[in-house]
Amino acid sequence: MATAYAPGLTVSPDQVVLKRRRLPVAGQVLVERGQWVSHDTVVARAELPGDLETVRLAERMQMEPDELRGKLKVKVGDRVERGCLLAESAGLFGLFRSEVRSPLSGTVEYIAEATGHLGIRRPPSPIEVTAYVSGRVEEVEASQGVVIRTRGALIQGIFGVGGERQGEIRMAVDSPDDGDLRVDALQGSLAGKVLVGGACLSVDTLRRVGEMGAAGVVVGGIRDEDLTAYLGEEIGVAVTGDEDVPATLVVTEGFGSIRMARRTFELLRRLEGRFASLHGATQIRAGAVRPEILVPHVAREEGEAAAAETPGRPAAKILAPGIRVRAVRQPYFGELGMVTEMPPQPVRVASGAVVRILKMKTPDGREFVLPRANVEILES
Amino acid sequence: MALPAASSIDPQSLRAVLATDCGSTTTKAVLFERTPGGWRQTHRGEAPTTVEAPFEDVTVGARNAVTEVEELSGRRLLAGDDRGVGSLRFRRPASDSDGIDLYVSTSSAGGGLQMIVAGVVRSMTAESAQRAALGAGAIVMDVVSIDDERRPHERVARVRHLRPDIVLLSGGVDGGTESHVIELAEILLSADPRPRFGTTLRLPVVYAGNRNAAEPVGKLLADRFGYRVVENLRPVLERENLGPAREAIHEVFLSHVMSHAPGYDQLMASTSVEILPTPHAVGLMTQAAARQRGTDLLAVDIGGATTDVFSVCAGVFNRTVSANLGMSYSVSNVLREAGIENICRWLPFEASRARIKESLRNKMIRPTTIPEELSDLLVEQAVAREALRLAFRHHRMLAVGLKGVQKERTIAEFFSQEGPGGSLIDMMNIGMIIGSGGVLSHAPDRRAAALMLLDAFEPCGVTELAVDSIFMMPHLGVFSQVHEKAALEIFERDCLVPLGTSLCPVYRRLKPGTPVLEFDLGGRGQAGILKAGELLRFELKPGEESTVRLSPCHRQVDIGAGPGRPLETRARGGHAGILLDGRGRPLAFEVDPAGQVMANRRAMEAFGLQEP
Repeated sequence: MATAYAPGLTVSPDQVVLKRRRLPVAGQVLVERGQWVSHDTVVARAELPGDLETVRLAERMQMEPDELRGKLKVKVGDRVERGCLLAESAGLFGLFRSEVRSPLSGTVEYIAEATGHLGIRRPPSPIEVTAYVSGRVEEVEASQGVVIRTRGALIQGIFGVGGERQGEIRMAVDSPDDGDLRVDALQGSLAGKVLVGGACLSVDTLRRVGEMGAAGVVVGGIRDEDLTAYLGEEIGVAVTGDEDVPATLVVTEGFGSIRMARRTFELLRRLEGRFASLHGATQIRAGAVRPEILVPHVAREEGEAAAAETPGRPAAKILAPGIRVRAVRQPYFGELGMVTEMPPQPVRVASGAVVRILKMKTPDGREFVLPRANVEILES
Repeated sequence: MALPAASSIDPQSLRAVLATDCGSTTTKAVLFERTPGGWRQTHRGEAPTTVEAPFEDVTVGARNAVTEVEELSGRRLLAGDDRGVGSLRFRRPASDSDGIDLYVSTSSAGGGLQMIVAGVVRSMTAESAQRAALGAGAIVMDVVSIDDERRPHERVARVRHLRPDIVLLSGGVDGGTESHVIELAEILLSADPRPRFGTTLRLPVVYAGNRNAAEPVGKLLADRFGYRVVENLRPVLERENLGPAREAIHEVFLSHVMSHAPGYDQLMASTSVEILPTPHAVGLMTQAAARQRGTDLLAVDIGGATTDVFSVCAGVFNRTVSANLGMSYSVSNVLREAGIENICRWLPFEASRARIKESLRNKMIRPTTIPEELSDLLVEQAVAREALRLAFRHHRMLAVGLKGVQKERTIAEFFSQEGPGGSLIDMMNIGMIIGSGGVLSHAPDRRAAALMLLDAFEPCGVTELAVDSIFMMPHLGVFSQVHEKAALEIFERDCLVPLGTSLCPVYRRLKPGTPVLEFDLGGRGQAGILKAGELLRFELKPGEESTVRLSPCHRQVDIGAGPGRPLETRARGGHAGILLDGRGRPLAFEVDPAGQVMANRRAMEAFGLQEP
């Protein structure tokens, strides 16, 4: 299988990106095809059905379900207010009367004769979907959502937590070699900022970043115990993005204290001061979702010029001599280099596995032999 | 157009059969051919599955995999008028050099079949419903019951959050409770869960509960859901009737779920018989193998995301899927459920817990990477032991007799701790364990795979161990519907990789070093005494067999013939040979971590495995 190795993550200063923005349930699309939108434009709206509450009428009136007949004061489809009479029994000679009043406002959805239960659905609650990123409406899916087309810098992380946020990019370190981002390096107002660190940061720094109102933080790596402390629980399955965290976290390299790839760091440095959209959502199974930092071009005209461009990622590169790669597993984790040779014959490696390998050379001239599965292509 | 029933195809007319399995990440195609020496698996190809964007058409990956088989075999399979997109057209019938007679497929792409099941009592109808769904090849996302210790709004919130493909609603024996079944329907109505595929599709609900409640439940649900009634899966407490529910699940899977998945209408138009969910097909093959060998059997498939366990015990088939136990995507969940100490107890070296955790997290986010260093491989194998152990524990909880049944108990049963509804799995009766999944099937040393199976399953008595060479059981399972004899031939010759036979005496509380079992492995000078705590391995190559004579050294030691009784039996060889495990059951661990490291090193040494 020629494409068995990881294709790599996008780190691009200029790319056309399509973003699908969908409602969780059918609703109304509020924008039109071709319309220019900004990140906070509400593009679609729907009403989520309210919760259905069950009222145990028969039990509360201390009678059998079939005895309810004739005592109901409402029928299916009726709108009821909290306190409204649902059922009433006359009792004996006017004594021992019993009644049940609605504990909530809503609409009677069902009356189950067999159980003597009555269901009242609460009023629907509105839900809105914003554009997330500025751009042009490329496509409208009736009652479902839209596709936004934009152009700008795109940096995909390897892992993240936290939902969609926006903010201005601020560099917090001078170099990816600066090690941990420390609390004392957090200077000035960070409210609404997307902070860029180097190799790693502790949970104390993460919390402080959140307390100072930052929208997000981007670092090379995160130590397992710090992430667990930040989330309040261990990560289980690799599906993230819904965490209730003060600042969205995007990790570009992996777990542990790992220097951010220089190329990624330099691109973020060039984007300092620009307005970014980011999310931490990660889903590694089929249909992989990776966290991202997306920085649309500033001028609307610049963005509009993208309309004529080919959208999406550039054609996937094939692993071959001359291609730049990064090692993504021990013992060479994080090493960058160029593929120099791809011997066709499988080779036995130290673990005993017989695998197809490649040779790579780092910029400082060191050479490694490693399994092809353990590199990812550096996409531009 | 309805496909012909598998039984209507003449198996004798077949000479070349193509089978694909469309998995979450890879589509695997294999070619089965009738040769002068019998049926064989001759070629295989694979390609990335293309259910997701940008292709969103499963036939693209299937065609790529088939093309690889064509290239490798030199046999033209696709017809000249195959359009290169959409349904696959094949050259039929097969000739000596080209074409096929039959195309079959299984699928677990897009996460497989995902279901919610509900029943009135957790240990009775809800458990039966769970067995029905699992046996049909589903992942059970939640089990709702009236006594599940959640409050009504908690059940509603949970169900609302899920996006299943199908809901199986059961409850009450025929003529029994109606109100509780209706209450379950109310929960479903309140939650109003959305189907996973298609915003316009009405979520299918299969009702297999008290027949008297079918109508009132229908009144509640028919307007909002695709409501379908089948026979009660527990018509009386003493009997399960899972067949009709499983058939309905399979039909709904094909007509609703598959037809909404990208490209499946075209794939369904290509196959000669209906597509099966992958685990369902593996289940068919497991049952066929157990029938052929006349033994109880266990099979396990440990994948990146999930671990499936199949058992056939006393003729009863059971399957469970542990949806979040796996070697890559779910590896962090194994860590969370097992705990770092339980993973480290299998390592033959002292290791920094933090470093191991980080390496597992990195495996999770880059799931296709492979261990290059031996220590890295040993960590993965330690994780596999824990994932298998947890998945098997889960399986034993569900593979049980019917609960709620009044029956007379013998004196022995009266004193046993196992009440009615006890586990059907008696490890002493398990004659074979088959492992599959990369960590087992592709272990660089087959002896390591054998040790993993021993550690994780703790077989008792005499048990054959094997791995599935290339995870061919799905293909063989779907093929077995048409030609079981041919499928079994290929299973024995090309699918199973024999590891050998384990001989595991069962005893409790004997001091390490105490003689446990006198053994004679067939007159090659391989005779001696197995001591408590000891592991021994003797060569017996694949294809070889030997008569083994085993005699307990202690009254309480049981090797399969009963406590203290000798046993003479045949043992089959394999890549690991004959394995004598004197560690006792259940396995005990050293309190001192350094002592455990030494014990693990001794085990590796006994098996001839490379140590770090």
